[in-house]
Amino acid sequence: MRGITNIGVRLRPFALIAILLILWEIAARRQSAHLLPGPWGVVHGIADLAQHGLLVKYIVASLFRVTWGFLLAAILAIPLGLTIGWYRRAEMALNPILQVLRPISPLAWIPIAILWFGVGDLAAIFLIFLGSFLPLLLTAINAARSVPAVYVNAGRNFGLGPVRLVYQVFYPAVVPQLIVGLRITLGVAWLVVVAAEMIAVNSGLGFLIIDARNAGNRYDLVVAGMVIIGVIGLLLDMGMRSLEKVRSFRWGYSED
Amino acid sequence: MSVAEAVLASSLKTKLRVDHVSMVFKRGGKSTPVLEDINLEVKDGEFVCLLGPSGCGKTTLLNAMGGFLSPTSGEIRADAEIVHGPDPRRIFVFQERGVFPWLTVEGNIGFGLFKLPRAEKEKRIAYYIKMVGLEGFEKAYPPELSGGMKQRLEVARALAVNPDMLFLDEPFGALDSITRLVMRGELLRIWETERKTIIFVTHDIDEAVQLADRVVVMSARPATIRQIVNIDIPHPRDISSARYLELRDSIFKQIGLAQKK
Ligand SMILES: Nc1ncnc2c1ncn2[C@@H]1O[C@H](COP(=O)(O)OP(=O)(O)OP(=O)(O)O)[C@@H](O)[C@H]1O
Ligand SMILES: [Mg+2]
Repeated sequence: MRGITNIGVRLRPFALIAILLILWEIAARRQSAHLLPGPWGVVHGIADLAQHGLLVKYIVASLFRVTWGFLLAAILAIPLGLTIGWYRRAEMALNPILQVLRPISPLAWIPIAILWFGVGDLAAIFLIFLGSFLPLLLTAINAARSVPAVYVNAGRNFGLGPVRLVYQVFYPAVVPQLIVGLRITLGVAWLVVVAAEMIAVNSGLGFLIIDARNAGNRYDLVVAGMVIIGVIGLLLDMGMRSLEKVRSFRWGYSED
Repeated sequence: MSVAEAVLASSLKTKLRVDHVSMVFKRGGKSTPVLEDINLEVKDGEFVCLLGPSGCGKTTLLNAMGGFLSPTSGEIRADAEIVHGPDPRRIFVFQERGVFPWLTVEGNIGFGLFKLPRAEKEKRIAYYIKMVGLEGFEKAYPPELSGGMKQRLEVARALAVNPDMLFLDEPFGALDSITRLVMRGELLRIWETERKTIIFVTHDIDEAVQLADRVVVMSARPATIRQIVNIDIPHPRDISSARYLELRDSIFKQIGLAQKK
């Protein structure tokens, strides 16, 4: 009996999705003006893209840009942020600049990105870099600042030199917070890539959406693009979330 | 020199010496004197309790002894060397908050043993896990342990590097009263087998009289030493004996006066 109810609970979200899809299909079929393609039309759209080899090509293009922009930002922002956070004076000096830059959407940089890098991968990567850099920098600064002094003192007490102190105390103490920051920022990067691709490049999922509309009002492809973006975003988030389950990181995510 | 004399001589050796130590904290142009002319001599293997009202400067004094703070004036010597910073020979136990949550029980105990060969390290880890009764939890992470277990883990981590001295700052303050009683017993047992010099901060008079060879009674801030009480009762101590009650009451009176000052 228990096993059955358990399966029931697990299936609930899927059942809900199925119901919504059916309602969507019915609604799409009943309206005469084509305001939105139904799920079946979207499936056709995805199949169409796959047949033309565009599905994989565009997904790879978008992931490629996100990977580079995000990795570059992480490689620069995390060590820099950790260092700044460690030296409180540096943090206080930089804070006003960071607070001014923060509310500027990375999309506001699109004209400058195109001016500097032209229409192409570099411009898109630059935008993703910009969108990821500041959140990661702030995460790293906060993570470094919130390392409890007891841990550092205990490390020093056991005779650790500066290098060991960084690798064995400071680094493990900041990792859980960094992972959260990386996960949230990857989500942001994925939002930015779609927007950037609508303007700054000629491939990728963002381009697919804008192109499907401009070249013949193929709204089935528009929604197909949206669905693919959603699914990939979900997978990226799940991937990062699985890091939070590593046993030596889990202490950083208190359940209470 | 006979063996007995040698033992006596070594046990009377001065381990830690606090000489005219004062501490003034300056913050925002305001200076707060916290310690005032503290003089104290601790013998090798001695168990000393620092007792005083809250906020008087016990943690500050202990931090200075451990090398985490340098005194505004005066000096602190351990084994006749001036203390300039923390040292693995003198381990500070920071309540249970000092265990590293990202390491397992084994990882924590082995933390300070990075200079040892692997086999030796494993042997010591196993030995101290057993000593503090954490067998079966070798692979557990601190968040999975109770407060008392974390406390024992931190003590084990400290003992594993074989320090001469232990500084304990209200180590059992956060524990419930039963666990606290058990932990006092454990600490005494460990102290009797390992004979470390222990400086133990508490504001619990009973705890001080149950544990210490000498109780240092401090005044309210700026802290001075009001009195040093010798607890001349052999272990295990009978806490209903007349002598125990007498010592406890006299310290109680001292503390009462200290609070008023
Ligand atoms: N870094 C600091 N800067 C300024 N004042 C400090 C600093 N550290 C401690 N103090 C002050 O020194 C006084 C003594 O603090 P301390 O922590 O040593 O007291 P304590 O005896 O350990 O108290 P408790 O029993 O409550 O733990 C307090 O008034 C505290 O505000
Ligand atoms: Mg204190």
